[in-house]
Amino acid sequence: MTAEVDLRERAQRGLDLEPGLTCRVLEAFIRDEIEKFGIQRAVVALSGGIDSAVSCALAARAFGPERVLAVLMPYRTSNPASRADAETLVAQLGIPSTLIDISAAVDGLLGELDEDPSPLRRGNIMARARMIALYDQSEAFGGLVVGTSNKTELLLGYGTQFGDMASAVNPIGDLYKTQVRALATALDVPAAIRDKAPSADLWVGQSDEDELGFDYETADQVLYLLIDEMYATADLIADGFDADLVHELQRRVVRSQFKRRLPLIAKLSNRTIDRDFRYPRDWGR
Amino acid sequence: MRDIRLALAQIRPALGDLDHNLGLHLDYIERAVTAGADVVVFPEQSLTGYFLSDLVPDVALPRDDPRLNPLREASQRIDVIFGFVEETTDHRFLPAAGYLHKGEFVHVHHKVYLVTYGLFDEARDLAGGGAVRAFDTRFGRTSMLICEDLWHPTTASIAAADGADVIYGLSSSPGRGVAGGTHELGSAETWRAINRLYASLHVCYVVHCNRVGFEDGVNFWGGSEVIGPDGELLARAPDFEEALVLATLADAPLRRQRTRLPLRRDEDVSLNGREFARIAAQRHWQNDG
Repeated sequence: MTAEVDLRERAQRGLDLEPGLTCRVLEAFIRDEIEKFGIQRAVVALSGGIDSAVSCALAARAFGPERVLAVLMPYRTSNPASRADAETLVAQLGIPSTLIDISAAVDGLLGELDEDPSPLRRGNIMARARMIALYDQSEAFGGLVVGTSNKTELLLGYGTQFGDMASAVNPIGDLYKTQVRALATALDVPAAIRDKAPSADLWVGQSDEDELGFDYETADQVLYLLIDEMYATADLIADGFDADLVHELQRRVVRSQFKRRLPLIAKLSNRTIDRDFRYPRDWGR
Repeated sequence: MRDIRLALAQIRPALGDLDHNLGLHLDYIERAVTAGADVVVFPEQSLTGYFLSDLVPDVALPRDDPRLNPLREASQRIDVIFGFVEETTDHRFLPAAGYLHKGEFVHVHHKVYLVTYGLFDEARDLAGGGAVRAFDTRFGRTSMLICEDLWHPTTASIAAADGADVIYGLSSSPGRGVAGGTHELGSAETWRAINRLYASLHVCYVVHCNRVGFEDGVNFWGGSEVIGPDGELLARAPDFEEALVLATLADAPLRRQRTRLPLRRDEDVSLNGREFARIAAQRHWQNDG
């Protein structure tokens, strides 16, 4: 076998998606998988970023705007523009929303700590505080939590376990970041949300791409080729992808595998949950 | 063959809920009878749902199970092709397609090629069949294949060589592949190519009945269709939605196309038999060597 097609081109083709068809599948997914639980309502944590905007817009299409609650959960250092962008989307979609400031809860917890925690710890505490508020709103509104983690984040482990990664159903978990962008355009997500630099907004001026050390477009191409097309890292490096970057991404995927699985259960019996006790999640639904 | 007025029942079975699914079958059968259909075809595992895992022993049935009686009774009025999981007397569980007529099974096909790769894990829970046959119905010679069977072109070749004028394919095909530049799922595109190819090259009718709905986040895309012996699309159900779609499978176009393109007449079954026997013997020797 001789030289194959240009891998970058192959990745670009693979990442290019048909937005109408994708939206149709994802709307039906949200409706179908939530209705199985006898529920026709959803709650979404709306940050002002593109991922939660897309999940929220899909949920609004799936159930109609009045059945989707957007939950805005700023911390005192959160960028005010994020909240403004979230409110623009809420108005555009015509969905109900609620604002829960997590500052008091987070600061209360931080005040109980002896030392000043690292930005990572602070970020995790914020993400988990939001999860608590969101799941409470899920109960109050009578809707299931629609997730907002994309495939790039999930593969890189760039999210907080039991925090922003927590959800009942996730429509965008099989879409890379750049694919979420394409979908955002199709869903008429406001340009202010689509065009700004991605940020977890866990501290002032945070930027995903600065923190990760690479841009999403390249990361998505590498991940798509490694995961979806099952190329080896050596194939990508031979094709001209930066070796350090390819190895770094591969390392991140491996190191974060635990985050994508349920906690390990020590096997003792002959039928252990999720190992040899295997029922579909839709069991009895 | 005798002309068939066919109804494709593109249903959305509930996972592991035999009672619900049986009701769904009876509804669609009623609608098919009202529409004047002679035969109604349901998708793979239409009675049980697809991603069963450990639910398999809960929903598997021997073919003489009284829970199948309502379907047997319904087959007094219309021939019924449906999907279930058959439990054998020695307690193996096989994905099955049954053809019911006048209360009796005319034929049961067991899925030959269990699919155990990617998102599929069938061989963990199920046993595979060991035969591909055509069989006689009141309309002529027919064959039934199940989903992955059709991804092995030899199964359709055997069915055609055995004289099938209609190949019924029963599927629970998960939708995947949303690449740009097409308005179809990747999986739909491939299936449509397969159906058209088999109909054209085996010069027969191909009926593909696929289900809709979701199981554990996986969508089934529907798009059930009937392809004529010249490769022409005769009927197609919508993607993603439940539907009952009617089509007429007539003898005249079959005769005309077989006259124009006598591929079936010229197919050298003996040659296939000799060569496959030789290859199988060599493979066996190589694997043991």
